[in-house]
Amino acid sequence: MGKRNAFDEIMGFSGAAPPRPALAALGEWLADTPEHELRRRQEAAETTFRQLGITFAVYGESEASERIIPFDIVPRVFLKSEWDRLSEGLVQRVEAINAFLDDIYGARRILDEGVLPADLVLGNDQFRPEIAGIRPPHGIAAHICGIDLVRTGPDEFFVLEDNARTPSGVSYMLENREAMLRLCPELFRELRVAAVDSYPDLLLETMKSVAPHGAGPTPRCVVLTPGHYNSAYYEHSFLADSMGVELVEGADLIVDDDVVWMRTIEGLVKVDVIYRRIDDDYLDPLVFRIDSALGVPGLIAAYAAGNVAIINAPGNGIADDKAIYSYMPEIVKFYNGAEAKLPNVETFRCREPSALTYVLENLPELVVKLVDGSGGYGMLVGPTASKAEIETFRAALIAEPQRYIAQPTLALSTVPTMADQGLAPRHVDFRPFVLSGSDGVRVVPGGLTRVALKEGSLVVNSSQGGGTKDSFVLMDDGASGSAQSQSADGQTQTMGSMSQNQGGAA
Amino acid sequence: MMLLSRTASSLYWLGRYIERADFIVRIVEATVRLDVLSSRPAGEVAWSSALTVTETDADFAESGAAMTQTQVVKFLTLDTSHPGSVLHCLSRARDNARAVRTALSRDAWTAINRAWMIFENHAGVGGTSATLNMVEAVKNETRGFEGAVHRMLRNQATWFVRLGQAIERADNTARLLDVKYHILLPEGEKVGGVVDRDQWTTILQTVSAVTAYRWLYSDGLRAANVIDLLVTRKEMPRSLAASVEEVVDILGDLARHTGAHGEADRMARMREARTTRTRSSEVIASGLHQYLRSFIDENAQLHGAIGRQFRFG
Repeated sequence: MGKRNAFDEIMGFSGAAPPRPALAALGEWLADTPEHELRRRQEAAETTFRQLGITFAVYGESEASERIIPFDIVPRVFLKSEWDRLSEGLVQRVEAINAFLDDIYGARRILDEGVLPADLVLGNDQFRPEIAGIRPPHGIAAHICGIDLVRTGPDEFFVLEDNARTPSGVSYMLENREAMLRLCPELFRELRVAAVDSYPDLLLETMKSVAPHGAGPTPRCVVLTPGHYNSAYYEHSFLADSMGVELVEGADLIVDDDVVWMRTIEGLVKVDVIYRRIDDDYLDPLVFRIDSALGVPGLIAAYAAGNVAIINAPGNGIADDKAIYSYMPEIVKFYNGAEAKLPNVETFRCREPSALTYVLENLPELVVKLVDGSGGYGMLVGPTASKAEIETFRAALIAEPQRYIAQPTLALSTVPTMADQGLAPRHVDFRPFVLSGSDGVRVVPGGLTRVALKEGSLVVNSSQGGGTKDSFVLMDDGASGSAQSQSADGQTQTMGSMSQNQGGAA
Repeated sequence: MMLLSRTASSLYWLGRYIERADFIVRIVEATVRLDVLSSRPAGEVAWSSALTVTETDADFAESGAAMTQTQVVKFLTLDTSHPGSVLHCLSRARDNARAVRTALSRDAWTAINRAWMIFENHAGVGGTSATLNMVEAVKNETRGFEGAVHRMLRNQATWFVRLGQAIERADNTARLLDVKYHILLPEGEKVGGVVDRDQWTTILQTVSAVTAYRWLYSDGLRAANVIDLLVTRKEMPRSLAASVEEVVDILGDLARHTGAHGEADRMARMREARTTRTRSSEVIASGLHQYLRSFIDENAQLHGAIGRQFRFG
């Protein structure tokens, strides 16, 4: 198999000028804007982020615990046609995730029909027997999904991971766009970019649409945070703020007679919809972890009584578990009836003997992951790993194969990125956000692009030196502005010469 | 929107801590002027009184540091081993602000965060001009915060911040006067002597009233006038009377919004009625120190009543 260049999302497969024809305007902007000017703007954006306190805590570091995620000034861009096809796949996948959760905590048809091994679900740590049989209001469990994707060509997207619990990162989508609008306004004249700032409104609509039936015409919605020491606190406050709803902590809520109330300066006020950013484990000490001080005792009882909607529903971890992930194509087909429009990355389940054999024979070419790991920890990237690292993983795989999956290393797409020596291609991934309410499924035209800032690196996690970029979704194919009029001229000329030739041939 | 009790509490404390941070930098600034920039340096006395006003004298003595400009300024600004430093107040203000990000405007938050960031990489205080630069930077941000709060939606969130500020301001001004009262009312010394002049100016500077004093009183610097200005003049924002009135006004706004009055409202109105009748000449005659001590105590009681009334005490 010949090794082809990684696809650069702006420059195309060649990786060098000229850029992809539809992105000529962006290419021009990159070529015309001096490097020091790009750097100046990037620094201005980072200063703003620091002042706003868009920081995250780095685990395992005692000092300098507040950091911002590096921001890169060069946006990544999706053409309208690419985005439309991608959206269809996302909607299909999220619909399947919701159908799967409804089924698993209900009739369990998918297990009865043998599509999934029952022990993989029922014996899974992420499966919550405590909530089996409880139906969420309006039958929706995964209201907010973040689907992590990688790309290898213009229309070649692969799902890396589903996030159906409490996917984070949406504040970066919105703040990065704010920064780009302020620092690079000329880009938005050249390119017609779909707005992302309606996200908080859409989220609030989604929350209201799944309020319990008895909530009345103006359900009270809140965002539940573990508190301001949590690494994603900025996002919690940002979302509550931009929706105009209260940001509450566990101690602000009490449950009385299966109804949830919040403590205000005027007394208790009933709460109908909770967007919680607390993990299941800590949600309700009466049901999950007894030692949780973050949660609300009695919350699950109120949920079971149908008096409150919890977003996302408890128990969703079973849908985005890495062991379940490898079955997603079958899951989509089972509920949707059609083949999955968005493929998975090919995944070897090491619990299966034939897969394990293949993985052990091909370790230097594969990425090996812990089924229950996250954040880029507990991971082997074969092509860049040392011999010793590979041997360590080999031993671990033989000892506990069921804990691992393996995937081929893909030629991940790149986007030009500001590096020490100037603009250079860097690998990116993408997390679009998909909202599911009782009124349908919506994909917000944008998302979180993470970029591996180290040359050649495939690890984009912020805890491992990753950064972010703005993600443009264009509202029309081909570029607008000067680029569009150029191509239009070209077309007219060609047509003219064609008719001349025809005349001459006759 | 209903305000969470926890949010109300954080906003109120945010107001108190910002006000306190501002007050401490003003004390530092005024003391630098009194000691270092004056033609007759006041020396140790000036610095020790700066510690007394901020009630950090005991902590400072315990630290064992020398009573010099560098040491006291460092103690009052950067030292977080005790609760009375600017950095401590700004950190607490920032923590509270973080906890209620949703109730604050972006401008209000960034002002607090920027004030805190002034100290991020400060290991020492440097010389006099570095200290004055730092003071100026903090005052800029607290002024920015003040402005941002006034541009925020006039709702419960702003009222709680301002309530905290007004309660803290009343306390600070009373403390300042109390510590300096021996300068204002010296025993057996001729009032109006040259030494007093610098000292008095220090007091007026701390409450930014040097120009206001000139506007209101035409007969030169007099103890009775300074006391009158800072105790009974409502048009002087940092006077006791103005702070007392502001507390009543804000509690009134809150009561109109929630439709209920409580213990704190009654207490604040009674205090205002009494303050309005107060004449500075009577205060001087019956004892300024006693008057200020009971004012500070009553202010603390009002603070407790506010916490109870809004369910965060």
